[in-house]
Amino acid sequence: MVTGILGKKIGMTQFYTEDGKLLPVTMIQAGPCNVMQVKTVENDGYYAVQLAFDGKKKKRANKPEIGHAAKASTEPKRFIREVAVVAGAEVKLGQTITLDVLKDVKWIDAIGLTKGKGYAGVMKRWNFKGGAASHGSTRHRPPGSISSNTDPGRVIRGKKMAGRLGGEQVTIRNLSVVKIDEGNNLLFVKGAIPGHKGSYLILNKSR
Amino acid sequence: MNIIDTFEKSQMKKPSYRFTIGDQVDVSVKIVEGDKERIQIFTGVVIAKNGGGFKETFTVRRIVQGEGVERVFPIHSPKIADIKVIKSGRVRRAKLYYMRDRTGKGTRLQEKFVKEKESPKTVDAATTQTGEKTTT
Repeated sequence: MVTGILGKKIGMTQFYTEDGKLLPVTMIQAGPCNVMQVKTVENDGYYAVQLAFDGKKKKRANKPEIGHAAKASTEPKRFIREVAVVAGAEVKLGQTITLDVLKDVKWIDAIGLTKGKGYAGVMKRWNFKGGAASHGSTRHRPPGSISSNTDPGRVIRGKKMAGRLGGEQVTIRNLSVVKIDEGNNLLFVKGAIPGHKGSYLILNKSR
Repeated sequence: MNIIDTFEKSQMKKPSYRFTIGDQVDVSVKIVEGDKERIQIFTGVVIAKNGGGFKETFTVRRIVQGEGVERVFPIHSPKIADIKVIKSGRVRRAKLYYMRDRTGKGTRLQEKFVKEKESPKTVDAATTQTGEKTTT
């Protein structure tokens, strides 16, 4: 059995549980994926499956991509990632993996790319407090002192400063699965998920 | 229509309740006690409606033992069994937050009387109009 699937964030909405509770949920289109490559202990030193999700026009794919897909007798795809597999499980090249992989799963981990925030100041990036907004203050958002004087005579490595924020890979663990709609390949998960609408996700069973 | 809209529509109640700001309403709320389910009625004045479509909520305010109590209900919640309009108040704004500052006699709203014969006609006209809009 494959222990995960690839997907795409659709957006957030609300969902009523059976006992009438209103939950914030994220709608994810999960699968169908194709198996592009099967990795085994004999060949690669570990068991895994390379999944491919979301079709790509052939004219947009390069020759190595087309060739790699042709080995699994599928079309080139946009999002290709590796997912763990239970040792000894039979997975064939080109096999279609659907949401029933996560059928009886209660909790999943989602891996995705967060929204890029660009060059962000210290208040947004590290939650510094900044200065007073009023009372004659002109020191609104700067970080303040970054170190001492002659001793140590340098800035400590790893000092929190302004810089690029977001656009990094993040794993959100233990998201509860609220609902699965296998017919439409839809997965509903409680709470938010990294990334913009349409961003790709790796969805694994939680350990 | 995108997938989220269709999903939200599938959860919406049909038909929707008809009430407006300033109405005094009886909201029947389903309450589960152990295995038993019973209905509790929350009576008060609708002082606000927020959001739209599936996410729409409304706020009901009442005075209990001299203390103002407000409850926010999602309109499409399965816990709401029924909403009944007892009487309609004559109000001039969409959010009646000024009711929070009032006590005693000041909390009363002037009643609006709707002619029974006329109201269904106007409702029909409104629905047919919207129907035409969607078809064209």
